[in-house]
Order: sequence, then structure tokens, then C-alpha cells
Amino acid sequence: MSLSRREFLELMGCTASVAVIPCILHSAGIPEPVKQALAEELQTSQLPVIWIQGQSCAGCSVSTLNTVHPDIAEVLTETISLQFHPNVMGGTGDVAVEVLERALTEQQGEFVLVVEGSISTSEGGAYCQSGESNHHPVTAQQWVQRLGEAAKAVVAIGTCASFGGIPAAKGNLTGARGVQDIIPKATIINIPGCPSHPDWVVGTIAHVILYGLPELDEHKRPKMFFGKVVHEQCERRADFEEGRVAEDFGQPGCLYDLGCKGPEAHCDACIRGWNNNVNWCIRSGSPCIGCTEPGFPDFSNTGLYSKLPIEKTYGIDWSGPHAPRKVTTG
Amino acid sequence: MSKTITIDPMTRIEGHLKIEIEVEDGKVSDARCCGEMFRGIEQILHGRNPVDANQITQRICGVCPASHAQASSLTLDRALGVTPPDNGRLIRNLVLGSNYLQSHVLHFYHLAALDYVDITAILKYKGNDPELNRVKAWAQAELDSGKANPVAPFLPRYEGDYIADTDINIAAITHYLKALEIRRKAQEMLSIFGGRMPHNVTIMPGGSSETVTVNKIAAFSSRLREISDFVENVYIPDVLAVASLYPKYFEIGKGCGNLLSYGVFEEDNNGDAKLLPAGTFVNGEVRAFSEKKLSEYVKYSRYSSASGNHPSKGETTPDLYKEGAYSWLKAPRYDGEVVEVGPLSRIGVAHLTGASETVSKMVTDTLARFNAPVGALFSVLGRHAARALEAKVVADRCAQWVTQLQPGKPAHTPFSIPQQGEGIGLTEAPRGALGHWISIKDKKINRYQCVVPTTWNGSPCDDKGCKGPMEQALIGTPIADIENPIEAGRVVRSFDPCIACAVHVVTPDKQRLATFRVV
Repeated sequence: MSLSRREFLELMGCTASVAVIPCILHSAGIPEPVKQALAEELQTSQLPVIWIQGQSCAGCSVSTLNTVHPDIAEVLTETISLQFHPNVMGGTGDVAVEVLERALTEQQGEFVLVVEGSISTSEGGAYCQSGESNHHPVTAQQWVQRLGEAAKAVVAIGTCASFGGIPAAKGNLTGARGVQDIIPKATIINIPGCPSHPDWVVGTIAHVILYGLPELDEHKRPKMFFGKVVHEQCERRADFEEGRVAEDFGQPGCLYDLGCKGPEAHCDACIRGWNNNVNWCIRSGSPCIGCTEPGFPDFSNTGLYSKLPIEKTYGIDWSGPHAPRKVTTG
Repeated sequence: MSKTITIDPMTRIEGHLKIEIEVEDGKVSDARCCGEMFRGIEQILHGRNPVDANQITQRICGVCPASHAQASSLTLDRALGVTPPDNGRLIRNLVLGSNYLQSHVLHFYHLAALDYVDITAILKYKGNDPELNRVKAWAQAELDSGKANPVAPFLPRYEGDYIADTDINIAAITHYLKALEIRRKAQEMLSIFGGRMPHNVTIMPGGSSETVTVNKIAAFSSRLREISDFVENVYIPDVLAVASLYPKYFEIGKGCGNLLSYGVFEEDNNGDAKLLPAGTFVNGEVRAFSEKKLSEYVKYSRYSSASGNHPSKGETTPDLYKEGAYSWLKAPRYDGEVVEVGPLSRIGVAHLTGASETVSKMVTDTLARFNAPVGALFSVLGRHAARALEAKVVADRCAQWVTQLQPGKPAHTPFSIPQQGEGIGLTEAPRGALGHWISIKDKKINRYQCVVPTTWNGSPCDDKGCKGPMEQALIGTPIADIENPIEAGRVVRSFDPCIACAVHVVTPDKQRLATFRVV
């Protein structure tokens, strides 16, 4: 009695956007089989997502709320079915935990697990706990292991979940690690950034829904967002080529001398901009801190504002006429 | 016969928080707040370039990173001996002010409101607004689909005494959606001078790396106008509407009755004058604030470090298995007393000290509207009202600061890292008092300590057994149905807790505790 997805799409002339389905579904005069197919389409089109947090600052969640097109209301009602999210969900306490328990028993292989924050592994993960199962506290490490095994794919959002980030930096007391170290066998996409950009998060999820897994680099980052380093597309690249170098924060010129990590940071924020393209790091006079890289924030003990060694600067000859020189004024 | 209820995780806050309450005769008779995450950011800061603290401490909290940027910049200004120019100070205020606005709007609509608003009322919507009809159709289709967890993330939820009036609920849902857009625009507004949000890149010792142009002033002002309109015409009226529907919450969630504000928003380049003043209200008396009276206790916290230290001498040595300890939060106290921090404290101190006529007028007008005494401020609704009124104070002042910016003039004073140095930075995050302390040795961070708002509000017992402000506020709260303790959520969320912040702290010093009593 029901139509296949292909038959359904043909019937709709492939023009029906998922967005209009709920409206059609409740219109009069639509034949029952079509309604049923529409309902199924709605069900399959909204990807079930369970979003948990380990040692996180919630910055990647806050950043994701900043998505513009689609906006977050559209994402929640048309793109994904956000079944669990600690900062926005209605349910609290056992009502919330039951959602996770149900996913483990009834939704095996159906949902995508999103993890934000690093995972503490010292002392059995006891440095980060959330929720109780059978009156026993559950660690973030246990949730990642249990849910990661049941999920159809795992998306690590932000540099903490991807590579450990700041909690895993030198001085780490809690055994903080990225998700891929906890569940190495899972299908994992890393969307680093401190925070991750909303376009990267929404774009990756859209890719998974429409075309399957995106192409990833050696750090499991989608190449469509992390394929180039900042330096390749930087709006101050001409300053670099001409050797116009800023001496202090807020001055015009290339920020190389102030420790810019643009030559090493894989990130397209330089052309995408942050916050509806209002601004981005280098445009605002501040060097790139390389927040999408596995080495962030230690960079082999050199820190965020140490100058990169000059031989790493992409084959540009800085001798002779191109030698870096000071900018006199704006 | 009492029954213990564990609420874990406490959602719609920031971070991992567990609440344990004892309920006896339909009321909370005892309460424990348990911070459930430790990252050890202070240990991670040791040995780094002092300027890195500016970025790393922002990652303490993704909801209020601008406050940590401000605190660490003030700290480093002192330690590095640098003073920002006017543009630098004003940009810092505008970035911090933008963050107050996004945070307060987010807190009321997206974190707290779902404890009052019945979102299923959307199914009864009969109007012709396209977005509301889209949400209605989505919710209905979800319920009809038979799938697991329909209408997620809004359902399932605790059942309870949600607003019954359909029109009010639908107006609230409309504003929930509008507030998503407003908070996003407030983040954009911050980004104009902050470079990006969350985790801005421009606020640093000596001022700001972003410069002033007339276009940026216009872009900021335009967004600010829209956000201010929302605060005045939607946010404040909505808080008052909730207050009129739930008047008993003027009596619920009183807490410790003591207030502390460090003061915030520099009105001069030396940081002496502030928009919202520093001060305390302890045991019924207004007193000046002294940084020397801060200390932190760890008897019931999972640390083996000494108890009672001042933050500048703080140590944070975790001890996972410490007997009797139930939280990763320490117990900061002011002059030995339990004090509450946050918008209620800032607005309360500004009002009670008579420091701001504007604030006093807003507070007295609001109280008069409900025929309520000033003591009613110490409540769930008092906290929501203070937060909303503060949003207006900050928005109005931002509109003035942005016109004081001078295009073409510097926003940053160059600095260099000294061989040794010390600094303190005291400010206020949207959630309350925030302090950073640094000591520099051999041009590196030797010690860095942060005492953050929720460590005050969500603190466990101190060494004398005095409970923290949230714990005290929970005690006495009526719980109609122990299977659905929605009332406890309302009390906790009125403090806008941020647990990611709360687990990095410290304090030291052996002062004698004054006798504590609940006001």
C-alpha cells in the first residue's frame, strides 16, 4: 500500500522539498498512500541525532546555534531530529537519561552520535560524569563507548572532541583524549575548530543526509571545509608577499611576526567569515591561533603567539626585495 | 518520611550538574549541588606565555568567553603594566555588553522558559503566521509518526503546572523563535569588534586588536537597536507576564540573602569607575567590597589542597576519592559568609547602595507593579527580573559607548612581557562575579587562578557546614510530584548555572570565619 522512496519522489516530480511535507501531510484531498509515503519521507529525512558533551565549554553548541541559512529552528524542525542535547532539551534528570537508554535498545544503527568536548580517561573517566543508570553514575567515556557502538556514525564536534584540544594540552591531569582514541573502530568525522563553525557542522550533516560520508583528510576532517590552509586564501596574503608586516596587534599588514598560524591551519573561515561573515580572526587584527589543528594549543610547546619558523612559509622567497619590513602607518 | 531525588543531568544549563534533594511533607528538606566535571585548566596554563591565558581561559566557558577575555585582559594589564586607550576600553565594554545581551536572552527563553511554557500549545495555533504553522505542522507530524522521541528536543519533559492559557503559550513560543534570531544577532554584534564569537580573538592586554571605523559603528548600532527593542518590548514584558502567572515564585528560592558584586564595565581607563558598582550586602548591611576578604574552602570538594586560601595563593590538587567530598566545585566565601552572585547581586548592590538612580527607579517600579517588598527580589522571579532589567541598563549604555568610539585613533597599547609580575582582574560575567589572578616568573605563567560565578552559587558546604546559595535556595521549595520535580529545576535555573566555568578555582588564606547566619 505504500510507495517506495523513488516512486514517491517521481510522483512529486522531485520538486517536493522536505520543508513542505508537514504542510502537505495535513492538507485535505491527499490520497492515503501519498500521505503515508510523505510521513515515511519525513521520518527518514530528519536524521536522528544524539548530542552529548564531555569536557566541553559548550562553545561548539553555542556556535552551532549561530547558523544563518538554514537557521537553527529550521535545522531542528526539518533537517535533524535532535533527540538529546544537554543545553536545549526539555527533559531533565531521568527523563533525559531515558532518551539515551532508549537509543541503545531501540535505535541501534539509526542515529548519529555527536560528541562535543574531550573525554577524560584517567580513573575510569571519573573526572567527567553525567546522568545515572540504575543508580550508578555514568562517565562521559562510558556514554561515548556505549552510544558510539550503537550509532551509525559519530561526529566529533570541535577540537576537544576531535583531538583532545585544551583539556588534553600539556599539564592535562584528567587523561583527556579525542573521541577517535576512545572508539577507534567507529566511523568518525572530525569537525575541529575552537569553536567549530556552524556551516561546517550543518554542512557536514547535510552531506551525510544527501550524499553520505564526505571525503575526509588524514585527520578525518571534511576536505570541503579543511582542504586548504588559511594562508592560501588569506586577505592579507598580498601583505605577506610584499613583506608588509604588522608590528603590533591592530596594525595593517601580515600578522606573521605576531605568531600567525595561518600557514599551518587548515580552515576556510578566511573566506567564510564568522557570525554571518561579520568578521574573522585576521580581519580583526589578531593572528590565527591554529584552533583547527591537532597541535592546538601547545604547538610543540611554542604556544599560540610564537613566530613560525620562516622556512615553513610556503616557498616564498623572503630575501632581497621581499624581505619582511615594518609597516610605517595604516 | 523523606525521599531522596537525584536530578542528573540538570539540563538547560551549561555543564554537568547533579542535584540531590530530600523531599519531606511535599517540601525540599535538604539539597546538595554536585559539579561533575574537572578539566584542570589552571594546571594547563602553568608555564605558558602569559598572553595565551587570554585565549585559553575563554575556553573555560563557551557561553561567556567574553567575560574571561575581559578578566584575563584586566589581569594582564596589571601584570604587564599597560593601560588601554579609550577605544580599547570602549571596545572591551561593547564586546562584554554584547555578551550580556546574548546570554540573558538565551537564558530566559532557551534555558529557563521551558519550565513554564507549554510548547504543545502550538498544536492549537489557528493563525496565519507561516513560521508558526510550519512548527505546528512539524509537531503534529512528529506526534503522528509513531517514531521514538517525537517533538525532540522539546519532549519528553517533566509534567507539571505549565501555563494553561493557549494564547500566552503561543506568544511565548513565537518569542522563543524570535529570541533565537536575537541571540544570534547579539553574537554578530559582538563579532564586529571581537573578531568572532564564541571565543573572541581581539580582546587582549593593552586593549583590542580590532580598530574603529564608521562602518563598524553603524553595523553595531543597527543590530543594537533591534536587540534593545526586543529587550524592552518583548523580554521584560515576558518576564513580568511569567511573574504575574507564578506569583508564588516571589517566595520560592530565596537563597542565602547575601549579595556580592565585583563591579563591571569600566567607565575610565584606570578601571576605578564602573557602570555597575562593586559592593556587598551581607547580613542585611551594605558594605564596601574588599578583594582581600575572598577565600575558598574544600572540605566537601574533591581536592586535597589546603582549605580557606585566598585565590592569589590558590592550589588545585584533585583528590577523586576524598571522603565526604561531593563536588568538583570549591566553596568560595566572602569574609567567611555565603554570598550569591549574578544579575540579582549587581542590580541589588546598585540599588541598595544608591549608586544608580536609573537602576533604583527600575527596581522600585517593578516591585510596585507586584506590590512586593524589596525582600521579594531574593527569589526565583527576583533573579529573572534583575536579569531582564540589567539587559536594558547594558543595552542603553552600549548605545552611548558606541558613539564615544573615535575612528582612526588607536585601540591598542603595545605591551611586553616582564620577567616577573603579578596581576588581578575582577569583573562580572553574566552569571556573576569573576576573578582571575596571575603570577609571572621568567616571562611565563607561574600561577593562574580563576574564581568563577557558579563556584559561588553552586558551591557545596564550606568547612563550617554552611550550604551554598543554590542549595539554600532549594531548601523549602514545594515539590508537588516527586516523579516530576519541575519546581527544583525552576529554582536551580534561576541562577543560570555554568558548571564548565565552576570547576577551575582556588583560594587560600587562614582567616577566621565569622559566624554565619541565614538572613
